[in-house]
Amino acid sequence: MLSSAAGVLFDGFAYGMLLFLLSVGLSVTLGMMNFVNLAHCSFAMVGAYATMTLVGNWGWPFLATLPVAFIDAAVVALILERIFFRRLYRASDLDQCLLTIGIVFISIAAYAWFYTTEQQSVRIPDWLQGSWHAGALAFAHYRVFLIVFGLAITALLIFGIERTRWGAQVRAAVDNQRMARGLGIDVDRAFMFTFALGGGLAGLGGALSIQMVGLDPTFALTYLVYVLIVVAIGGLGSIGGSFVAAIVLGISDMAGKYYFPWLGAFLIYLVMVGLLMWRPLGLFGKR
Amino acid sequence: MHFRGLTRWRPLEVVFWLCTLLPFVLTPSYLSLASQIAITALFALSLDLILGYAGIVSLGHAAFFGFGAYTAGLIAKHYWTEPLSALLIAGLSAGILGYALSHIVVRFRHLALIMLTMGFGLLLAEAANSAHAITGGADGLQGFRVPGVLGFRFDMFGRTAYAFALAVLFLCFLICRRIIHSPFGLALRGIRENATRMPAIGAPSQAHLRKAYTIAAVMAGLAGAVLTQTTSTVSLETLSFGRSADVLVILILGGAGRLYGGILGAVIYMVARDQFSGVSPQYWYFWIGLVLVAVVMFLPNGILGGLNAFYKKAQ
Repeated sequence: MLSSAAGVLFDGFAYGMLLFLLSVGLSVTLGMMNFVNLAHCSFAMVGAYATMTLVGNWGWPFLATLPVAFIDAAVVALILERIFFRRLYRASDLDQCLLTIGIVFISIAAYAWFYTTEQQSVRIPDWLQGSWHAGALAFAHYRVFLIVFGLAITALLIFGIERTRWGAQVRAAVDNQRMARGLGIDVDRAFMFTFALGGGLAGLGGALSIQMVGLDPTFALTYLVYVLIVVAIGGLGSIGGSFVAAIVLGISDMAGKYYFPWLGAFLIYLVMVGLLMWRPLGLFGKR
Repeated sequence: MHFRGLTRWRPLEVVFWLCTLLPFVLTPSYLSLASQIAITALFALSLDLILGYAGIVSLGHAAFFGFGAYTAGLIAKHYWTEPLSALLIAGLSAGILGYALSHIVVRFRHLALIMLTMGFGLLLAEAANSAHAITGGADGLQGFRVPGVLGFRFDMFGRTAYAFALAVLFLCFLICRRIIHSPFGLALRGIRENATRMPAIGAPSQAHLRKAYTIAAVMAGLAGAVLTQTTSTVSLETLSFGRSADVLVILILGGAGRLYGGILGAVIYMVARDQFSGVSPQYWYFWIGLVLVAVVMFLPNGILGGLNAFYKKAQ
């Protein structure tokens, strides 16, 4: 019983790391511009398919494809932001939702066209396969790698937000956009970089998630729900909040699947609805 | 005053409703599609009431559609097959669910509202999926048959089915039309524009929104029940997120807040899907996505809004 609980905690933590990478960009961009970007998981899909193609068809080593996944998704995010999203910053929530869900539909159909709707997998290096055993517990190498990698990215991100000029601009814009503009901060420019960075992180998360959850074109819609839950619970524009929310969600999802498999996703939705009713601005939301 | 001018029937409206009778003579082999369109139009009309007029964005409206559909299906399967009474009960039960949820929904705005409506929709779909003994789970509810309505049998060409669906749509449309031109309807539009100012001129925002939400839930439940009774089957799809998203697309495509927007959108969407999905069902959503992007970027008020602007410019 105890060892199974520890196993659930470990797996849930690794899963939560993935969810954090997938959702942190959305949280920050939503907090800055109030832009409801439902297409965030499409960026993740861009990164995931880039990694899959490079490893599967071109024979690249798995780790070398990760930067490519990041850059790929960031560039796609940047292009879409410049062409479409920037025109809708002042539009209603509904218009933003509709435009971005339209992009989700297009991306799903486009990837189904190029890669078929089959479930894809990726070959990871030998040293990431297998697991360490400690008594009855098994720690899969890949999940340990995920946790270490995720923590490193989180540390980098927090350093960037807390210690750099760009981070200060982002924090100012999240707190009070109008005031930040008044102080001469180029919010649009900061936002553009943040959006690309968020898209890139999602791409990275997508690439890392293939091994754990598989990949098919509906990824953009399936994981959207999870990402939105993380953002809604963590509160807009809060990196720490997203981190806690992602870990809690990852662990409770794993626990639900392990202990109450017949409930399916019911438990997750119930947690989301309950938390939102209790704290509509999220656990760590400021506004 | 202009109030009365608004409620008068315009010739174009009369022509439109006469045109809905055309499928009986012109395309008798497409009557089952026509009844699907009428049901979808009713569903979109109910969403228009809360989204277009009251400004409540909902990504989970299929909850009421599916609730009505399952209620009608369970009545037909376990109790009786007379459709009109079952239709009323289905509408009422969806309305009760809507009334209960409305107390929660009207307190929220923006992202929390969208997430909550979506959450309730997903919860209900998951519950129906898990309650296999009652709903049949993923297999859907089958093994019943509604023989006919008011002495007319449901024939294989779908003549009675279309007449039935059209009659329900028209009745609900009349009620909707009456509601939005009443002082209550005007107050709803006021709340959409500014929810904090309306109480100051004597229109309680939350109570009005609750009423509108409940009425919309009843209509969505009716639409679901008609679908059940004309097809003699209920699938989990009636509760799915896809259906909620589809109806939103339909309404936005036609033009929200315009009464005929949902109906026009339903006609275009369903006919296009019928034509295209035969060619490549997998890529149907590509075109839907493209249309969505185009509508948001170039036609912010939908097709009807675009036509209206064009007409005004031409004058």
